[in-house]
Amino acid sequence: MYGKGLRALSLATFAALTATFALVFFYAPLDADQGFIQKIFYVHVPVAIVTLCAYVLGGIFAAVHLKTHDRRWDLRSYVVIHIALIFNVIGLLTGAIWAKASWGHWWVWDEPTLVSFLIVFLLFATYQPLRFSIEDPERQARYAAVFAVMAGAFVPLNFAAVRAATATVHPRTFGTANGGLPSQMAWVFVVAIVAMALLFALMCCYEIAAKQTRWQLRALRRRLLGSDAVAPLGRSAAPALGEPSRSAPHESGRGSYPAEAPS
Amino acid sequence: MRPSVALLRKDLLLERRAPEAVPAMLLFTVITFVLFHFGLGRDEVSGQLAAGVLTVTLLFAAILGINRLFVSEQEEGGFDGVLLAPIDRTALFVAKAAGLFLFLSLVEVVAVAAFAILLLAPSPWPALPGLLLTLALLNGALAVVGALVSALAIRTRARDLIVPIVALPLLTPALIAAARLAAPLFAAGGAQALPTKWLAVLALYDLVFGLLAYAVFDFLLED
Repeated sequence: MYGKGLRALSLATFAALTATFALVFFYAPLDADQGFIQKIFYVHVPVAIVTLCAYVLGGIFAAVHLKTHDRRWDLRSYVVIHIALIFNVIGLLTGAIWAKASWGHWWVWDEPTLVSFLIVFLLFATYQPLRFSIEDPERQARYAAVFAVMAGAFVPLNFAAVRAATATVHPRTFGTANGGLPSQMAWVFVVAIVAMALLFALMCCYEIAAKQTRWQLRALRRRLLGSDAVAPLGRSAAPALGEPSRSAPHESGRGSYPAEAPS
Repeated sequence: MRPSVALLRKDLLLERRAPEAVPAMLLFTVITFVLFHFGLGRDEVSGQLAAGVLTVTLLFAAILGINRLFVSEQEEGGFDGVLLAPIDRTALFVAKAAGLFLFLSLVEVVAVAAFAILLLAPSPWPALPGLLLTLALLNGALAVVGALVSALAIRTRARDLIVPIVALPLLTPALIAAARLAAPLFAAGGAQALPTKWLAVLALYDLVFGLLAYAVFDFLLED
């Protein structure tokens, strides 16, 4: 019952990633002055764009949680931010590699995208410690949502401020008069963004499904073996989905977990 | 508005009877200037360096105040009092942000004077009007973000650790803007005009985070 459509999504992601890498290596033209290393652009930029959009999305999910008090939105917000942090690290690393290859330094301060990316990373890296230091799961969800809303709004503002602060050497991908991409590159780039977005969505779906499955397994074990057989929960930064068995009536009999009742 | 004013007066009275945050922040800023003198190995600073020393010092001093902001509420049951009273919960946010703004302004009166005497190379007088505006906007940013982060951290296990790691990245854009605003004021050749771009960025930051914090503060007091 969990993870519906995961297989289709996995296949689509696999196909999109394969197509992206095939296009990057065999179709996209070599950059005139950076040569082969410019190909990292098709990983770095899509990852960065997906990361930033995901942070904003995490903030929106958190706002929905604050409005509805539905714990599933907290789970979604948590998972989106969690995966976005991983993408953020990948974006930072690929950015550093590209910077080393094309400008000769691992870290370049007059490079607004990289710098604002680092600041955003440092901010969101506090999301998990914040959650971890609050024990009550309901309050943890609420406080984390407040943080996620603020941090989600922070992303575009920070981006604008850092970009304004630096004399840019970063290529603007779209919209500028002479920095625009040739159409072949732009086309591959769009495919790469779609592939990365799919990969992100797939990882989120897997994590949500894994968490839900784990919680259901726990609830079932409690019902079958009694609550003494299941170890109490330790502190965790991950959202707790609540104990379904606690709300379910106990006289309904062992083994007949309400969610599994025949329809 | 009346509840906010009452809560603010309570905080000011508390600080006057048992001064705690303001003297600590003051001593912190002065000792930091001394440390910068030795750390940088300079007798005088100007331009971007001076702006950076002043704004970073004020930011770190503000962290001290942010750490203490809700301690009395937490320890003496002030949260329950606010929840029991028939008032809007955001009144507490407005009062705390205004209180932090006033504390910071008070600290800055002495801190800027000490900075001008100890470290600043050019004369501070021509820079004063621009500096007032810059510091007022910076205080606004520190006050709204500080009040929210303080309320967020006060009921966590590791509040002294959570406050700086959350507040510092959140305040980075405000620091960038304030440091860029102050740099031409402290220019070696005498104060220059404020760059309007950074004025706009800082004002926008104040506005956006002020409204956001006002909107979400409610949820931090919900139990």
